[in-house]
Formats: sequence, structure tokens, C-alpha cells
Amino acid sequence: MSYTAAVVEGYSDVAPQVRRDGGVTTVDARGVYYRRVNETVRQAISDGATHLVLTGVNGQRYIGTGVSAHGVRIDVHGTAGNDLGMLMDGPMIEVFGNAQDGVGNTMNAGTIVVHGDAGDVLGYGMRGGHVYIRGDVGYRVGIHMKAYENLVPVLVCGGKARDFFGEYMAGGIAVLLGMNTQFPEEPVAGSFLGAGMHGGVIYVRGTVEPWRCGKEVGIFEATEEDMATLVPLLRDYCSAMGMDFDEVTSQPFTRLAPFSHRPYGKLYVPL
Amino acid sequence: MPGTYIQPEFRVKIDYDKCHKCGRCVQQCGWGVYSFNERPIPDDSKCRACHRCVTFCPAHCITIEKNALAYKDNDNWTVDARKAIWRQAETGGVLLTSMGNPRPYPRIFDHLLLDACQVTNPSIDPLREPMELRTYLGRKPDAVSVEADGAGGYRLAPNGGMTANIQLDAPIIFSPMSYGSVSLNVHKSLAMAAQRLGTLMNTGEGGLHADLYPYQDRVIVQVASGRFGVDPEYLGRGAAIEIKIGQGAKPGIGGHLPGEKIDKEVSSTRMIPQGTDAISPAPHHDIYSIEDLRQLIYALKEASGYKPVGVKIAAVHNVAAIASGIVRAGADYIYLDGFRGGTGAAPQVIRDHIGIPIEVAIAVVDQRLRDEGIRNHASIVAAGSIRSSADAAKAIALGADVVAIGSAALMALGCHLCQSCHTGCCSWGLTTQKPELTRRLDPEWGAERLVNLVSAWSHEIQEILGALGVNAIESLRGSRERLRSVGLDAQMNAVLGVKPVGM
Repeated sequence: MSYTAAVVEGYSDVAPQVRRDGGVTTVDARGVYYRRVNETVRQAISDGATHLVLTGVNGQRYIGTGVSAHGVRIDVHGTAGNDLGMLMDGPMIEVFGNAQDGVGNTMNAGTIVVHGDAGDVLGYGMRGGHVYIRGDVGYRVGIHMKAYENLVPVLVCGGKARDFFGEYMAGGIAVLLGMNTQFPEEPVAGSFLGAGMHGGVIYVRGTVEPWRCGKEVGIFEATEEDMATLVPLLRDYCSAMGMDFDEVTSQPFTRLAPFSHRPYGKLYVPL
Repeated sequence: MPGTYIQPEFRVKIDYDKCHKCGRCVQQCGWGVYSFNERPIPDDSKCRACHRCVTFCPAHCITIEKNALAYKDNDNWTVDARKAIWRQAETGGVLLTSMGNPRPYPRIFDHLLLDACQVTNPSIDPLREPMELRTYLGRKPDAVSVEADGAGGYRLAPNGGMTANIQLDAPIIFSPMSYGSVSLNVHKSLAMAAQRLGTLMNTGEGGLHADLYPYQDRVIVQVASGRFGVDPEYLGRGAAIEIKIGQGAKPGIGGHLPGEKIDKEVSSTRMIPQGTDAISPAPHHDIYSIEDLRQLIYALKEASGYKPVGVKIAAVHNVAAIASGIVRAGADYIYLDGFRGGTGAAPQVIRDHIGIPIEVAIAVVDQRLRDEGIRNHASIVAAGSIRSSADAAKAIALGADVVAIGSAALMALGCHLCQSCHTGCCSWGLTTQKPELTRRLDPEWGAERLVNLVSAWSHEIQEILGALGVNAIESLRGSRERLRSVGLDAQMNAVLGVKPVGM
């Protein structure tokens, strides 16, 4: 029976080649439609695979999206497409390359490490877990991050961010280092930093110009108490990225925190 | 200076000759109208005309009247306009209100009349003949493949092209109202009724409380811009997933559930801290285009094992083109909410002045999807003040598959439309989280009332279908030939695709 693979959105609509080698399941995603790649990943996890390696990834979306599993590791070689680890609950994803928009979107738990840059709306509505980006990130990163009970999301970006970093932030910890950047002449963050923020905390290595911050945000020098929170996170980040912890902490940090949990409490009047 | 220029809207009259002095009115009022000093003494300024005290007064001695206070006549500067200015001059705030747009814009449903059979074709008696209301919510394929069933017939082939649809025993579902805006007992009433009726309730954007898990096969779980309570488990439990883009009462704006309404239970269902404002951003910040919407639709499908995903939008000026984009983005149904749709809280200026009527939205969306040959790709759910079975039938004749009811459902549970949901003091225990008020609604009783309402409307729709001489709701869907308009201009008739009476 002859069979010609259908082409969907530029990818082949076929099951990817899978190789099992000891405890490692390698999925060759090169040119394969995202749906088939992700089906294979989910099936492998439900069959008990704990270490998956995706090779040849080039823009496939939704890798790790909606996967609820603990003790599972997914290595991504190439460029991860949009919504990497969206709604993810547990796994660890490490991307050896860049990631596109929507990394960690509405994520619950797990870890995403990107050894490169990432795009817009990173960590949107993230409720828990860790996202570590080596380089620069796009617009509206950390938007509406929340925290709930023992879930406290952590986002660390080694490079610089565009506008609206931490917008509407309601919980969690977002850290901006400004170090591994392609844009040395740019400020560490764009404008409207923390606009509408009503919970959580943003730490910036170095200082920020007050005019770049949302009016809901207070700007403080990081205290010893802040550093007690930051140091373990930064150690973990440095070990994930192979960066020098002493260099990262060689500059003081600035803490941005909201004035109120109810920024719009007085805006409305009942009729 | 006086505290306010605004005089009470109502007068609470008590016939003290009949009054038992039992104090029940004091206890029943959620707004604290009554104090008690040997007999109940009302403060008119707090009255919302919700009739809770009137209903529960054992002596039937309370009545509520409009304050007859005369204002100098002025058709331009209405009394409401004057009061709004005084209120804003006092406070500097955005005026907040609730329920649907009450202004006297034309009500198109009231200008549409249905047909009936006389002589030349027989009408059908639905009491004694089959009359099908069953409706399937979801995408219908362009074609299916079949295989022989081995008994001389055919059946749908495996992977024959059919995607997941949800069977509804009546073309009426409950519209999204979040736990937080309404009480948990309201959610339970809706869920129990949906299960008994074979229809659906909708979580709104406030998450799914664990008490509703037994009814999850009859629950649409909503994903709004705040992503409250949205995790893989939530998506896994729902029968369908709905992306909320907009709401008829407040198109284009976000929402704030005030911190004081976020108690322990609401907090755990939304998965946010107690006492913090629950802020829903105006847009989903991962959706700035139809392509982005497609991305979220398929993200939710990927995360849920390819459940039906619908998209709810407010009916706005360009709704037909937007709907076409939504259907092409892969939505299994599109939920259109007209400008009279209800809300638990919205700025009055938005509620009263933005959007278009649902009747127009249904007609233009249905027509556009037909013209483009994609009408079967998505069901149309229509909402935004469906007041009766007649409105439902007219909506379906204009092109909807299903109607959704929110305000009507709340009225079944006791709502008297006092438009004060945003105060959180609902005397009927519906739009409040105060335990002494929420316990007033027994979910079992509430479910029974909702089942009664939808059953009654279903019977009435069957009667309408019988009169039209058709035996299935499918035969009415988009059958605008069975509608005529009265009192609408030619341009509006053309927009609706409806002929005037007499033609």
C-alpha cells in the first residue's frame, strides 16, 4: 500500500521516529506535525518513559502542554514552538535552543529551562513551577502570575525584557538579571514594568528608572530578607545555566512590590 | 451640606395595624433597610425593591412603592441622569451596576412573529406525536464515511470524520455565571438541573468547585483572561471548554471580583489568595489575533484530549466577520452574547451603551457562515436576554442552534431583577457569599425550579413547532421564512433576512 504523508502547516502528518535506548526515549521531531509529536510524547509518558529527548524540533507547538506527570524529563533540541509547557503539571523541560511565545502559559508545576531567548507572554497566569530563561524575553512576560497556597511560581530571565514585564502580577517571584543579552544598549526592562501589579514580587539586578514602572508599584532596595529568598533561587538558576553565582550577585538587587492587593478598590461606586 | 442629593427610589410602607411585630422583615433584608424598635422601622434609602421582605412577611403588611417625589419635567435630563451626576460628583467613581441593560432600546424579538399551519399543511399535536428537541452542540463534519454493519445497514466508520458533540435534550443551556459572582448553592442548583434536564451549565470564569464534580459531564468549563482555577484537571473534568473573550453586558473590558468577595471557598476554587482582587484582564494576552485564538483553541484541545472548545464573544458591530474567524480558528461552537446580557457587576456606561442586539447578531452570523459554507463547522449558542420560550424559538428560527439563559435562570431561583448583584448583599442569597444569605437557597429546591422552567419552555417550544407543522427543532433552525417582522424598517428586515408581515 503506498502512502503519502499529508502536509499540515508545513509539517508531515506522520508519527515521528522513536528510538528507545536504555532509559532514554528519543523522538525525531524533524519536520513532523506537532500533533503527532505530542501524541507520541504523551503516549511514551503514559507507557512509563521518564526521559524523553526530542531532536530536530523547529517550531512545533504545545510541547509538554497539559502533561501531568512527575519525575519526567523532556529535553528539546532545536527551537520550541509556542505554548511550550502550557498548563503543564510536573515535568521538567530543558530546551537547548530558543523558545517562542507563551512558555509556561497557565502552568501549574514543573520546571522549564531555556538555554536561549524566549518570546512574548512568557509565564502568563503561571500558578506554580519554575521557568528559567538564559537570555532575553519579549513583551508582557510574567503577566498575571499568581500564587496559591504552597504554589509559588518562579520566573528568572537572564537577559532583558520588553514592555509590561509582570503586568497584573498577582503572586509569585519574577527575576530579571539583564546579563545575557543581545541588546547591551537597552534598559533591563521596557516600560510599564509591573503595571497593575497587585501581588507577588519582582527582583531586578541593578536598578530601574522609576518612570518605567507602573503606578501600582513601589521600588525598594532588596533587603537581607529579600536576598534570603533570592539566593537559593539564583543558585539553582546558575547551576541550571552554568553561570557564576558570584558574578550574578555582584550587583545589588531592586525589589518591586505592589502598594495594594486591591489597586482598584476605590475606582467603582455602586449605583 | 447634605450627605447626598439622591432621594430614595422607593418607599417602604408597613401597615402597622396588621404588622405582627415579628421582625422577620428585619432578618430577611440583605441591605439592612429595617431597624426594630417595638416595630420594624424602614430606611427607604437602602431599599432595592427586591421584595424579599414582602414575600416573607407573614401578615402581608409590607408594600414597596415608587417614591412619588416630583422632579421638574425634562425629557432630556432624565431623573436617572441627574442622579448619576450627583453620585459621581459625590464620589469620583465609575458607576457600577448589574444585570442586563434596562434601557428602552428596541426589542427586536417583540417585532418578530412566528408562522403557523392553516388548511394547506397540517399542524402537529405534540402531546400525542413525536416532537424532537434533541440538539447536538459541536462541529458537524462536511462528510462522514460509513461502513456496512453486517446486518444489511450502515454505521459510522471508525474515524469516519465525526468529532465530539454534546447531546442536549433541549436547545436551552445555562449561561456562564462564576462561582464568586453567584453562590455555590446557585452553582449546585444549576448543575443538578442540567444533569436532570440533559443540558449544560457553565462554570463562568471562577473555577469548578469540588461539590460539582458529580455533575461534570454536564458542565462547560470556562477559560477567561484571568485563567482562574484553570489547570489540567479542570479541563479534564468539563464536558466542553469555553474560551471567554467577551460578555454582552461588558464587551471589551475585563472584570474585577473585589477582594472582599474572595472568601476561603472562592479562593480555593479560583486558586488565588483570599482577599486579593481577582482581576481579569480586558483581553487574553495570548490572543491578539484570530491566529492566536486558534493557538489557544488547540492548546486546550491538546491539553484535554480534544474535547469540544467553544468561544464566547459579545455581539459587537462587526460580529459576522469575527464569528467567521472564530469558526475558521477551529471553535466547535460560538457563543454570541447580545447587548442585553446580564452581569454580576459592570460599569453602567459600558453595559448601557456598547454592543448590538442578539437578534441581529444571530441573523448576520448565521448568514455569514452559510454564505461561506462553514455553518456546519460550529454550533451557534445565542444569549443576551432570552426571556421566554418565544424568544428562544425566534432565536432558533433566526439561526441559533441553542439558547443560553442566565437572568431567567436566576429569576427561577428567586431573583427579582433589582440590579444590585454588585453589592454582594443579595437578599435572595444568589449573588452573595455571605453564609447567612447563601443558605437561603436550597440547591435541591433550586434544581427543581430550574427543571420546571426549562421543562415548561420545552413544552411551549414543542407547541410552537407543532403549530409550524414541523416535528423537530432542526426544522426550525435558521428557517427565517417562518418569521415575519412587524414595525421594523426595510433595512432592518434585510439585515435580519426576514420579510415583513403580509409578504
